[in-house]
Amino acid sequence: MTAYLIKNVSVVGAAPTDLLIRDGVVAETGAGLTAPDATVVDATGLVALPGLVDLHTHLREPGREDAETVETGSRAAALGGYTAVCAMANTSPVADTAGVVEQVWRLGREAGLVDVQPIGAVTVGLAGEHLAELGAMADSAARVRIFSDDGHCVADPKLMRRALEYVKAFDGIIAQHAEEPRLTEGAQMHEGEVSTRLGLTGWPAVAEEAIIARDVLLAEHVGSRLHVCHVSTAGSVEVLRQAKARGVRVTAEVTPHHLLLTDARAETYDPVFKVNPPLRTETDIAALRAALADGVIDIIATDHAPHAVEDKECEWAYARPGMLGLETALSIAIDVFGGDWDLIAERMSRTPARIAGLDGHGVDPAPGVPANLTLVDPAARRVVEPAELASRSRNTPYARMTLPGRIVATFLRGEPTVLDGKAVK
Amino acid sequence: MAYPSAAQSPPARQPSVKVILASADVQRVVDRIAHQILEKTQGAQQTVLLGIPTRGAPLAKRLAARISAFEDVAVPVGVLDITLYRDDLRRQATRAVGPTQLPPGGIDGKRVVLVDDVLFSGRTVRAALDALNDIGRPASVQLAVLVDRGHRELPIRADYVGKNIPTSLAESVKVTLAETDGADEVRLYGEGPAL
Amino acid sequence: MIRHLLSGADLDAATATEILDTAAEMATVAGREVKKLPALRGRTVVNLFYEDSTRTRISFEAAAKRLSADVINFSAKGSSVTKGESLKDTALTLQAMGADAVVVRHPASGAPHRLADWVDGSVVNAGDGTHEHPTQALLDAYTMRSRLGRLAGLSVAVVGDVLHSRVARSNVLLLSTLGAKVTLVGPPTLIPVDIAAALAPGTDVSYDLDAVLPQSDVVMMLRVQRERMNDSYFPSAREYARRYGLDGSRMRRLPEHAIVMHPGPMNRGMEITPEVADSARSTIVEQVANGVSVRMAVLYLLLGGNNR
Repeated sequence: MTAYLIKNVSVVGAAPTDLLIRDGVVAETGAGLTAPDATVVDATGLVALPGLVDLHTHLREPGREDAETVETGSRAAALGGYTAVCAMANTSPVADTAGVVEQVWRLGREAGLVDVQPIGAVTVGLAGEHLAELGAMADSAARVRIFSDDGHCVADPKLMRRALEYVKAFDGIIAQHAEEPRLTEGAQMHEGEVSTRLGLTGWPAVAEEAIIARDVLLAEHVGSRLHVCHVSTAGSVEVLRQAKARGVRVTAEVTPHHLLLTDARAETYDPVFKVNPPLRTETDIAALRAALADGVIDIIATDHAPHAVEDKECEWAYARPGMLGLETALSIAIDVFGGDWDLIAERMSRTPARIAGLDGHGVDPAPGVPANLTLVDPAARRVVEPAELASRSRNTPYARMTLPGRIVATFLRGEPTVLDGKAVK
Repeated sequence: MAYPSAAQSPPARQPSVKVILASADVQRVVDRIAHQILEKTQGAQQTVLLGIPTRGAPLAKRLAARISAFEDVAVPVGVLDITLYRDDLRRQATRAVGPTQLPPGGIDGKRVVLVDDVLFSGRTVRAALDALNDIGRPASVQLAVLVDRGHRELPIRADYVGKNIPTSLAESVKVTLAETDGADEVRLYGEGPAL
Repeated sequence: MIRHLLSGADLDAATATEILDTAAEMATVAGREVKKLPALRGRTVVNLFYEDSTRTRISFEAAAKRLSADVINFSAKGSSVTKGESLKDTALTLQAMGADAVVVRHPASGAPHRLADWVDGSVVNAGDGTHEHPTQALLDAYTMRSRLGRLAGLSVAVVGDVLHSRVARSNVLLLSTLGAKVTLVGPPTLIPVDIAAALAPGTDVSYDLDAVLPQSDVVMMLRVQRERMNDSYFPSAREYARRYGLDGSRMRRLPEHAIVMHPGPMNRGMEITPEVADSARSTIVEQVANGVSVRMAVLYLLLGGNNR
């Protein structure tokens, strides 16, 4: 195993130092380190962050390998600075059995670019009718702890209550896609001025807020852990703020695109901007940014959702919702929070690792710590070219935008997955 | 439009402007055509004047007024817009369509006199003949123009010509009328940059 | 000159007026012996219809043929579930066929915008989903102008299912541009959110038809589908007709000169009674005739010159 000596790196924004990585861990830190056997990485001007952790990734395998595979998604993740991703359950077949989650987990190990932690479905086939075998998935080799029907809401309040209660037995957590389905029948975009003008059926903010309000009350009632996926509205932030103030065990995520893009993007009818929950308004963006800064929203999660060309190069209403995120998330975070590296590490690495229970991830580089880290060049700027992305799909909403920051290197347990800005394998 | 600067281009030939018909001349010419129409149409019986926009339309009205002044006959007057029949529609941005107004009695079985200001290539008259063909069936069609400057590209000739002006292709003829431009005049612009 | 006609918002007052003026000239062709003009000879107009709408298709077809264009009817009806050829592949096919204009009717809002990205020719929106139907708005404006002599300052009530109406959206945009005052009337469930901000700032909303009628120069009744009551937009067809239908007694609340319009097809007895539909105030038949003239004007202005 090669040793790496990273010279003059700013660890989470601190004064430059050296990091020696040997045998999968950070062996030593301090200025002026030498190690004749180590490969030297000149990290002058770079920032080291604990490897990023994504709580919300769609890898599409099994079932839609034309859109993404565990391997291509893992490579995209590594290039985005991630060392662990949680793979959503809405594959085909659905990850609702021990067999499927173990398959995804094994594919992740074989790719070896990030740790792929499968998320299990809450209900069989995501149908919202019967609980999937949550315990079997928890006991499997994949050791599933997060369960989600993401893409669908667990709308039935009784089923949601049971799921929240049941996973307490193995310290599980239910990650809810908060969308009251009756209020969003046929919905295409945020309900507001733009949807009225474009004649697209509206997705009202209240459809999200009503479910979050219900779910925090349920979680409070049964004393369980609730995670809210992709919070998108100012109203949701207020519901979460009150719940947290009462001590409800709820965590929440926001996506990079909901921090940056508004529903005005739909005006071209280009479905690359179609996503669920939909892009909202400037008011929502301001509330989400503030909530992320003050901790009402705990983490940034990508909701990386690759789609094949034919599912996006079509009429808006027929397009599938979702956008790529892994390779651009850190840039959006830098765009929003500038050089507040501690906040970025907290929201994109430490907290998501803690929520997911991923040992060895989300820990700042220090002697003895597993060497899961990424090196960022904060001064670099790049133009997003969809064709250059490592993802198998091209549905990035940031095409031809200039974004700050560039991942120079990523290490997974001491092995580089990215060097000189390129994937190692 | 960018004009070539003096330093870059050879010395431009001086443009020349020559007034061919002054205001009084124009009126005399219109009177003469009105007399000729009366003469050739047996007193303008069963005759309709159709002006081709822009300046053919007021000319037709003037001719009708003069005819009725000379012989006390009311000659029906109309306007025939030929935009949709032009053969050069696609050579420039879409042209606005003007009104076509036929006199109440229509043109079927009548002697139609088309009226225009300048006869040049003949393409406008060709378009007018096509338009007439779609509108009705006149007994005969004649053509009256204020100026004939030559250079026909089609086998077309005028029945009534106010003034023949021999020109070169580099020259241009400009008719102004009181109704459309404020004053009656016919000018010949010589070679040189466009004015 | 504009390249496509996708939305009422594509037209400024000058362009819209030019279309109406041109349509008035085109209308004279209908009364002639030879109902044909040579202006679009050699041009190809494709009618690409993903929804059955015989009346709109025939109107565009007549318009194109009167201008001597070649017309190809391409019926691409099929549900999104049994997706056949994609819209993009169809666009490439039309491109290869040398379509100078594509007239598209599509159940998905925005489909004409997508098409315009993929073909070189002009795209005319003949109705897309619940979005817009700009030539309908033009023919409505033409009808109002010919009946009432003007558009500026007119008070126009648009009544019914505004939420799902492409006719309403295009009319609000166009009529506002041309200086008319639009009031949208219907049950609150069928008025979309933020409509004035979304379309035209001067637009009013009312839930009370009886209060609006005495101040209206024009009442435009929108088609209301009975199925909407199954989705709780209103309790029953009978209650809808009682509150928002136009019958004889309501019609008599209108000023003497006011006209009644309907884009068709009508639900007689639902939004409009036969007494009103067949009255002298009704312009419903004129609207159909004016549709051909207006579409001729649109096709001529898009295709008549070298507008590339």
